[in-house]
Amino acid sequence: MKKSIILLLLMSCFACSSPSGNIESHVESHIDSNSQAQTEPTLYQKMGEKPALDNIIDHLINIIGQDDVVFAHFAQSNVTRFQDQLTVFLCHLADGPCQYKGDSMEDIHQGMYINKNEFNHFVELFIEAMDAADISYPIQNLLLAQLAPLRKTIINM
Amino acid sequence: MPMNKIPPLLYGCFLALYSANCSAEGKILATPGVSQIEGSGGGGIVPWAQLAGYATEESISVSAACSRVTVKDFSLDSCAVQANLYDKIELSYAKQSFEVTPLKLNLKQNIIGAKINLFGDLVYSTMPQVSLGIQSKRLKTSDVAFSLGAKKDTGTDVYIAASKLHLGFINGYNWLWNVTARHTKSNQLGLLGFGGAHEKKKIQLEVSSAILLNRHLALGVEFRQKSDNLNLGEDHWKDIFIAWFPNKHLSVTLAYVDLGSIAAIDKQTGWYLSTMWYL
Repeated sequence: MKKSIILLLLMSCFACSSPSGNIESHVESHIDSNSQAQTEPTLYQKMGEKPALDNIIDHLINIIGQDDVVFAHFAQSNVTRFQDQLTVFLCHLADGPCQYKGDSMEDIHQGMYINKNEFNHFVELFIEAMDAADISYPIQNLLLAQLAPLRKTIINM
Repeated sequence: MPMNKIPPLLYGCFLALYSANCSAEGKILATPGVSQIEGSGGGGIVPWAQLAGYATEESISVSAACSRVTVKDFSLDSCAVQANLYDKIELSYAKQSFEVTPLKLNLKQNIIGAKINLFGDLVYSTMPQVSLGIQSKRLKTSDVAFSLGAKKDTGTDVYIAASKLHLGFINGYNWLWNVTARHTKSNQLGLLGFGGAHEKKKIQLEVSSAILLNRHLALGVEFRQKSDNLNLGEDHWKDIFIAWFPNKHLSVTLAYVDLGSIAAIDKQTGWYLSTMWYL
């Protein structure tokens, strides 16, 4: 009986501690690519910077190409442009050294009428792409946490 | 097998859905949770704000679950079915069969449940997802309940639940919490009837907290406050669970439960095992 109470307390303690807590120590080694050393590494650095991002996006484009549900939405897209814009967008979102100046999410998805099923399906394809690019589960979640608030600018537009 | 007791009509629904191939797979794996022992979508013992199954606004889903709780002197078999309509309304039906081992007694109860999602989205909104639900219970074997001082053999629990999944919240791991406030007169879920001479406050708090270790495994704890209407020392319930979601059609939950004192028999700890199927 007591054990479970302690566990409950423990979990709530974990929950209160900041999510950026314990990661510093083992990322310090490759902080040199950042001019402002000694600060907390950005998500962009933690995930493996541009090579990792390129890897995710390459896999994503492959996966989209083979998917019946979402491919229709991309059929008209210029793949190279999509690739470049998405790279900058995700780099920006992950606090990397990029400034996304492209179209807003609302503008891009205007008229696409993406519903929740399709949206969630796309999230799963994105996860699949991150898996294929060997992004660890915690880093995947941190990236998804940055993307999640964008849903309202994407669905049913 | 308890599964046989589920009305043929519901089997019919299952088959219809299956053959029509409207299986809903909209939500992200594991996010709808499982079926709690009274049949509502939730954790093991607490109903959550999420609606059972993977349906989204554009789809419906049907799910079923059977669970067994075995503690020192009692065991509870429970099977339930749920329908999720457009992720707005959940309807559920559960049958419980409670075995009092030392007395070779068997108590049975049926529960009809409904839940409506008021606002919020578990994953995507800044607000938590909030739902309002009811569980209407009918105890079919009322002799024991009345002899212990229960006032009625039917009762309706009304609850409001709030849940939120925080992506990457604990060093990159997803954290889910749920808080439920339930208005109830149920004694031991209703298996010992409803109300009693010792009836005092009727709002009970229930909480769950879980961390997703990976996409398929959730580890969590639950707490469910109970009232002691019969003055038999009814205790709050607690459990620690691990739930496995291999895909969107199956989940298996194992829990260690501490149900405290049941019908004045102390130290009822043991195991909970539940399987849920989703269409």
